[in-house]
Amino acid sequence: MEPILAPDSIDLIALAPVLVLSVFAMGVLVLDLWAGKNKTLLMFVSLVGLLMTAISAFAKNPIPAFSFTDSYVVDHLSIFFICIFTLSSALTILLSKEYNDREGIKAGEYYALILLCTVGMIVLASATDMIMIFLGIEIVSICLYVLAGIKRDDSASNEAALKYFLLGAFATGFLLYGMTLVYGSTGSTNLFKIAEFVRTDGAQSNPLLLMGIVLLIIGFGFKVAAVPFHMWAPDVYQGSPTPVTAFMAVGPKAAAFAAFFRVFSEAIPEMAPSWEMLLCVVAVLSMFVGNLGAITQTNIKRMLAFSSISHAGYLLVAVISKSSLAGSGLLFYMLSYAFTTFGAFGIIILLGRKGEENLEIENYSGLAYKHPLLALSMTVFLLSLGGLPPFAGFVAKFYIFSAAIEEGFVTLVIIAVLNSAISFYYYLKVVVFMYMKEPAGDFQISLTPMTLFVIIIGIIGTIELGIYPDPIIALTSLR
Amino acid sequence: MFLTLITFLPIIGAFFLAFLPKENEGAIKQTALAVAAADFLLSLLLWTNFDNSTHKMQFEFNVSWIESWGINYHIGLDGISLLLYVMTTFLTMICIIASWDVKKHIREYMMAMLALSTGMLGVFISLDLFMFYVFWEFQLVPMYIIVGVWGGPRRIYAAVKFFIYTAVGSLLMLVAIIWIYFHIKETTGVATADILFITENISAPLDIQKWLWLAFFLAFAIKVPMFPFHTWLPDAHVEAPTAGSVILAGVLLKMGTYGFLRFNLPFFPQASYDFMPFIAWLSIIGIVYGALVAMVQEDLKKLVAYSSVSHLGFVMLGIFALNEYGIQGALIQNINHGISTGALFLLVGVIYDRRHTRMIKEFGGLSKQMPVYAICFMIAALSSIGLPGMNGFVGEFLVLLGIFQVNGLWAACATSGVILAACYILWMFQRVMFLELKNPENMKLKDINTRELITVVPLLILIFWIGLYPKPFMKTFDASVSHLVSKVSPDNFRPKKDHGSGGHHASLITKTELAKLNQKLQKTSHN
Repeated sequence: MEPILAPDSIDLIALAPVLVLSVFAMGVLVLDLWAGKNKTLLMFVSLVGLLMTAISAFAKNPIPAFSFTDSYVVDHLSIFFICIFTLSSALTILLSKEYNDREGIKAGEYYALILLCTVGMIVLASATDMIMIFLGIEIVSICLYVLAGIKRDDSASNEAALKYFLLGAFATGFLLYGMTLVYGSTGSTNLFKIAEFVRTDGAQSNPLLLMGIVLLIIGFGFKVAAVPFHMWAPDVYQGSPTPVTAFMAVGPKAAAFAAFFRVFSEAIPEMAPSWEMLLCVVAVLSMFVGNLGAITQTNIKRMLAFSSISHAGYLLVAVISKSSLAGSGLLFYMLSYAFTTFGAFGIIILLGRKGEENLEIENYSGLAYKHPLLALSMTVFLLSLGGLPPFAGFVAKFYIFSAAIEEGFVTLVIIAVLNSAISFYYYLKVVVFMYMKEPAGDFQISLTPMTLFVIIIGIIGTIELGIYPDPIIALTSLR
Repeated sequence: MFLTLITFLPIIGAFFLAFLPKENEGAIKQTALAVAAADFLLSLLLWTNFDNSTHKMQFEFNVSWIESWGINYHIGLDGISLLLYVMTTFLTMICIIASWDVKKHIREYMMAMLALSTGMLGVFISLDLFMFYVFWEFQLVPMYIIVGVWGGPRRIYAAVKFFIYTAVGSLLMLVAIIWIYFHIKETTGVATADILFITENISAPLDIQKWLWLAFFLAFAIKVPMFPFHTWLPDAHVEAPTAGSVILAGVLLKMGTYGFLRFNLPFFPQASYDFMPFIAWLSIIGIVYGALVAMVQEDLKKLVAYSSVSHLGFVMLGIFALNEYGIQGALIQNINHGISTGALFLLVGVIYDRRHTRMIKEFGGLSKQMPVYAICFMIAALSSIGLPGMNGFVGEFLVLLGIFQVNGLWAACATSGVILAACYILWMFQRVMFLELKNPENMKLKDINTRELITVVPLLILIFWIGLYPKPFMKTFDASVSHLVSKVSPDNFRPKKDHGSGGHHASLITKTELAKLNQKLQKTSHN
């Protein structure tokens, strides 16, 4: 511990994305006073802010660059994650405008909250210190609690917010306690110092440290909705406004995984024998509970919630493998998952009606014959989520499974691929309704331009990453 | 490049169809047919330019696809894949003609058909494991849609079962593919999924070889399908529309047998040899079981579906004889099965279109009402039995010859399948075509029409052509098969002492004797 921060450790260029986005978030809040009922201006300002953030992420050179006494890092992982975050937040905002008009969400702070949440995610993905990680997680979580409940007069939305808040606060407690124990037994909150301590002092069997790791797993497990800490996910996903659901499924989850991966691959890889098995169990449970749970769902948002639990399971395989290939795989997976998920939720928003109606899978009956392109896009998204070539989801799974097999986790991968086979069942169920059943009623879809734009981006991304993934793979594997 | 064009032409056609107005059914059907016919003619051009004298890949094209992983877009054809490739384009064309009367969503139907064609063609030309897997999985989707949208009453169940069953097998194969990728990277230092390179360089220890072999086996055995993985097949066949059944029997099942020849045998020769009895017995069970179950079927399509299980048993037996006769027989029987079973499905489709039932007991005496139809049906049925002079005989004879050299008992058991085939096919034929014309609904049935004849007659011509003069077909894969056998022959793995004493049948046959046998074979088929 240094009593006074040396001036040269404050690196504003490294911090540029956080600063830029915070300024824009505050700006949006202030602008809201003048903007009145039409929030289009706020939307554009937010989008510009996100674009600037993505650009400023590349400001620091050379990388990796550590600052703030080694607690904040700019490296390939964090830059790539910042791109994923800004992309997913931008897509969320594009999805939100028309949805909010329809559902009557008038709060201008909506956009500011999404931007602030993104700030939290950037901090989380760049943190190399437990305190910084905690800070990031709290910024993200608090924004999400509010966003989940932003439909104040809707009881489902309120329920989602309250449930998320109570359980989330509880999980934060676990995480913090875990960090304390790790600090207590290693004497540092810095990930590299912890790693060094573990390496030199042979603290592998220190019960306090082990206990701390278990609590960390619980805390992170909650944030990424891994079984058995997933109970909140289906209700929160279903109750939140649909764009927020899509946002939660991608951005904050990616951020939590970034931190999860960093902690386990950089701070305590030496202790892998003691946490590997535990994470394997969590991963396998997540896959099974997610996939089997999704089979019985009739509400499409709930189904995607369970499916996202199973995806957390696949992503945990990358955390367990902890090689640099696994890290790259994580990046690629999150990017492809972002395109696919936003595309799918875009279609769900188009088909939905005021008051969160028309979200049952049955309501998709015969879509293929009224709106063939929408149905085809939805099929592409679902098959990509299932991991079928030639779509992004397949390459992403291939990437992660490759990393795991290289590290020798063959059994884990076999379980994971069998789970992919299970997942086809419920993804195909939607396809069955869209293509093989007769239309039950009229669809009354108003093809709103911005939502369509998101769907088109989703389709392009999903197919591009599936058919010609080489440029992105090359980017992800820069280390 | 030419091969790429032929492979992707159908899917380009499918994209084009998407822009045609839905109401203009005539134009949609004609465009689809034009694309499929052009594709077939172009693929014939491949055949004429094909050099029969070498086992090497031809029409090769290799560019980097995912450079970071060393994955290439590498395509090519050799003797093993050429005929399957041509048969795919051929059957696609036939199927599009056969689907002329589809009423529901004709544009989407034709698009699915053409997309399916590209998927299947891609499987046969891929020379990169990753690429192979992409096509292998991709073709599931159009087939799933064809069965699920245009199928019979239980179509959704059948379609989902088909999809999940196949997916489970292929996902385990994916694990094996990744494992091989890293193994090759470790042993040779080259990161590649190139099939030719892997064939040359793979050297896994035997116990791991066996696991990998099993992973590939599962994927292909489900596809073939071998007993006991066949349960999806009758469901899919019964529910699929006529053209779907033809493609399923004609090409999709062949992807399984092709997989064994392209991967299991050359990658893991030792494991293949070790698993030989296991496969042989599964095949024999398949042959006998398929035939017995076919015998008691009341639904014509189900009967043909189970006969497929039986016939594919022969193909598998031929492959795992691991000698030239066996593999040649298997390859030609692959084609034969596509032709005769395809013809049978088309013909069953003809009366299904008229009567909307396939129950055998509903029919009887049709030969009086539909004489031309009855003749076509008879030819297809007899070819399925394997009557000398028709294609089925050549294939089954070669397979039995091959397997007899390995084990007389297996050959004897398998032969019973030929006899049983005669039982169920002839009995079915009798009940449908002969007997009294009792059912009043059958009295006013119209005979087979010109369009239907156009779909069936080419297949009937091929039945006789392969039956009487198989040489043009056989010679395409001669070189490839001898090369394959030289690599996988059991003699490579048997303990040394066997070599000297000549205890084995296959090793006793000299080149001159081989030539004599070949002559005899051709004589018998001429008669």
